[in-house]
Amino acid sequence: MAKTKTKRLSSPQELEALRELIVKGRDPNQSCIVICGGTGCLALGAQEVINAFKQEIEKGSLKNKLALRVTGCPGFCERGPLVVIKPKNILYQQVKSEDISEIVSATVKGNIVDRLLYTDPDTGQKITYEHEVPFYKKQKRLLLGDNSNIDPTIIEDYLALGGYATLSKVLFKMSPDKVIDEVKKAGLRGRGGGGFPTGVKWESCRQAQGDTRYVICNCDEGDPGAFMDRSLMEGNPHSVLEGMLIGAYAIGSHQGYIYVRNEYPLAVRNAGIAIKQAGELGLLGKNILGSGFDFSVKISRGGGAFVCGESTALMASLEGKVGEPRAKYVHTVEKGLWEQPTNLNNVETWANVPLIIKNGADWYAKVGTEGSKGTKIFSLVGKINNTGLVEVPMGITLREIIYDVGGGIPDNKKFKAVQTGGPSGGCIPESSLDLPVDFDQLTDVGSMMGSGGMIVMDENSCMVDIAKYFINFLEGESCGKCVPCREGLKRMSQILTDITEGRGKEGDIELLERLSATLADSSLCALGSTAPNPVLTTIRYFRDEYEAHIKDKRCPAGVCRELVTYLIDEENCPGCGLCVKACPVEAITDMGKKKPVVLDQEKCIKCGACYDVCKLGAIIRK
Amino acid sequence: MVTLKIDGREVQAEEGKTILEVARENNIYIPSLCYHEEVTPYGACRLCLVEVTGNGRERLVVSCLYEVADGLKVKTNSERIAANRQMIMELLLARCPNNQAIQELARQLGVEKTSFKLDDNQCMLCALCVRVCQEVVGVSAISLVNRGVDRALATPFYEPSDVCIGCGSCAYVCPVDAIRFEDIGDTRYIYWPNNKMEFKLKKCKTCGNYWAPEKELEYIRKQANLPADAFDNCPDCRE
Repeated sequence: MAKTKTKRLSSPQELEALRELIVKGRDPNQSCIVICGGTGCLALGAQEVINAFKQEIEKGSLKNKLALRVTGCPGFCERGPLVVIKPKNILYQQVKSEDISEIVSATVKGNIVDRLLYTDPDTGQKITYEHEVPFYKKQKRLLLGDNSNIDPTIIEDYLALGGYATLSKVLFKMSPDKVIDEVKKAGLRGRGGGGFPTGVKWESCRQAQGDTRYVICNCDEGDPGAFMDRSLMEGNPHSVLEGMLIGAYAIGSHQGYIYVRNEYPLAVRNAGIAIKQAGELGLLGKNILGSGFDFSVKISRGGGAFVCGESTALMASLEGKVGEPRAKYVHTVEKGLWEQPTNLNNVETWANVPLIIKNGADWYAKVGTEGSKGTKIFSLVGKINNTGLVEVPMGITLREIIYDVGGGIPDNKKFKAVQTGGPSGGCIPESSLDLPVDFDQLTDVGSMMGSGGMIVMDENSCMVDIAKYFINFLEGESCGKCVPCREGLKRMSQILTDITEGRGKEGDIELLERLSATLADSSLCALGSTAPNPVLTTIRYFRDEYEAHIKDKRCPAGVCRELVTYLIDEENCPGCGLCVKACPVEAITDMGKKKPVVLDQEKCIKCGACYDVCKLGAIIRK
Repeated sequence: MVTLKIDGREVQAEEGKTILEVARENNIYIPSLCYHEEVTPYGACRLCLVEVTGNGRERLVVSCLYEVADGLKVKTNSERIAANRQMIMELLLARCPNNQAIQELARQLGVEKTSFKLDDNQCMLCALCVRVCQEVVGVSAISLVNRGVDRALATPFYEPSDVCIGCGSCAYVCPVDAIRFEDIGDTRYIYWPNNKMEFKLKKCKTCGNYWAPEKELEYIRKQANLPADAFDNCPDCRE
């Protein structure tokens, strides 16, 4: 891509002229190879693929025929590394460096590499185009859609799509009140978990008394299995910046912060590059586009404490103090960072703002349910065929997300539960799969929207074990300031560990419920008050599993090792020896052909390797 | 001034005061462990929970942090409040089963025994000592270290503190006597839950008694800009 020489833009006309210049310099019909350079694909080896493409293009002197763009995450992580050939949107999946010369030569000739196309598991048909893949069909990718059109390190890519034109419109044609009205009318609610109406928050912050005002972008996403904010910040940082600029103008703030965890190196890097490039063009800093409006953004890197995603803890951390929350009886919009009015929104919320202002509140409010408008990004992980990032309209059912977008459960296993809302969300059972997903509905079933983590569990998941996992996570992440959270989570973890290790006793369920009520009522911050959700929902929907562990000392899913015994069914065992090879501790002895193997219970570590490998059902799990 | 109702009783209060302050002024008892009028309220023990109704909404808040407002209705006890306080005491009793102050408060709130496994701590991490050391004494010699369940009260890196003056304010303010000090001969010993320090005591020029840590006196002398011989005599022998 040709880089345009940077010059500070001093009017909306200059911004538009620059956009036209960039667009004119690009041939919309030229083939462009788009490779996902997001964290997921990089982990699957995308860097080698990128290097191979560069070499191949260089080697064949194809620079004029083929453009190459490394982008953020398009979402289909399960099938990475992902390559899309634009403008036709041909999708190649699980691409390796040895496939590159074939892709390049086929693309130059206008052909398609059949073997790298996605195969629909239902029909067995190859699917050529990205938008026809079932994973993408039911999605509505208002925020993520541009990820594959943008190299996040090149601001021209964002400008070419009309980037910052909405800011220009806001600065010159809209009053701050009008902006706030529009956001309120759109019904945008905070995507960080609370679901508080964004416009109302902005208005309170604008009206609060203070010497100065701050806006903060919360990119401290720390839920296990969640990567929504990370992918947006990595893939389209300018959309977040533009949202912050619009918000700052509406609120009357001149200083913003992006609080991003340092474990997200690519998000830190791309946000930094975006701030630098926007500053060079005069889209950040003093007198933006000649409007007289000043706004700067600084990056503050978090140390990876989960609790620092809580707004008051985040602000303490930003001030250089220990990241511990405080009571919010005085709201942060009145007294936040350095005791000044502060408006904090999460990455996804900010990224929604330019869309709303660009297309209007009415357009935005058409998508979604009565109380929850727009789309929501979920990271769909766990026992699901299509692991990845999905953006769906609010109101879609869990069943559609899991089966249509997610492609269902692997190996034809039975669905058991889906955990939404991060570690302090709840586990929702099959009976609620037709629930339309929005803020209020998820709360009604004992879970929450949270920031959008979605972990799918199948019949092999033990729900007590799952509850223990999340409570252990939260116990490790509690800041320790208030008694109910610090001491309560420790005790919850002890009780759950006892239950999963065969030491559960009568009354444990009731004690967990009593403890949960206190955590919910009396904890200092939302980490503690929502922490009981995984326990309460698993008790509510899977009480029989708790009882089996406590009364019968039995784990129905066969997960809790202390409660499981493996036996050889001598009648069915032909002595094939597969299990002998699979056993990591040599607990199974081969007794010769056609004689059943012998399992030494003393040596057995109950890992289940023999059970998984035996196709004849000759290993019994009790 | 604002008018509010605490347990049905109408009381007048200065604006900006917290419910707990106003309740105490009016001799209305609300239990608490981490509150002290000399330091910034912290809201960690959660025992001072009360139910407030304002703007038509009823909710639980901690009274040491929640400010009074005109027309506010406060309930200092209810079934729900009692259940929370009792569970908090069960948790503290499991943490510090051998601490007399905690045993006593537990009994007072109707908790005879805890449902949880017993640990053996004396400190319940209310941070009063830390706040007094920082806000009143002004030296920040001790702090809470580590996070979550590993949280502990200690000097930096558990090593003897350079800045501690041995004043003993931490021991004085501790509501559960988890910090102690004693003067033996010419030495003061301070015992925190995780470390111990010794301080040389100053000898009175007149009576010869050892009366206060030299470091403490030197600190006060400098803070108050007093002459070098200001503390040569103990208070009893001073003119």
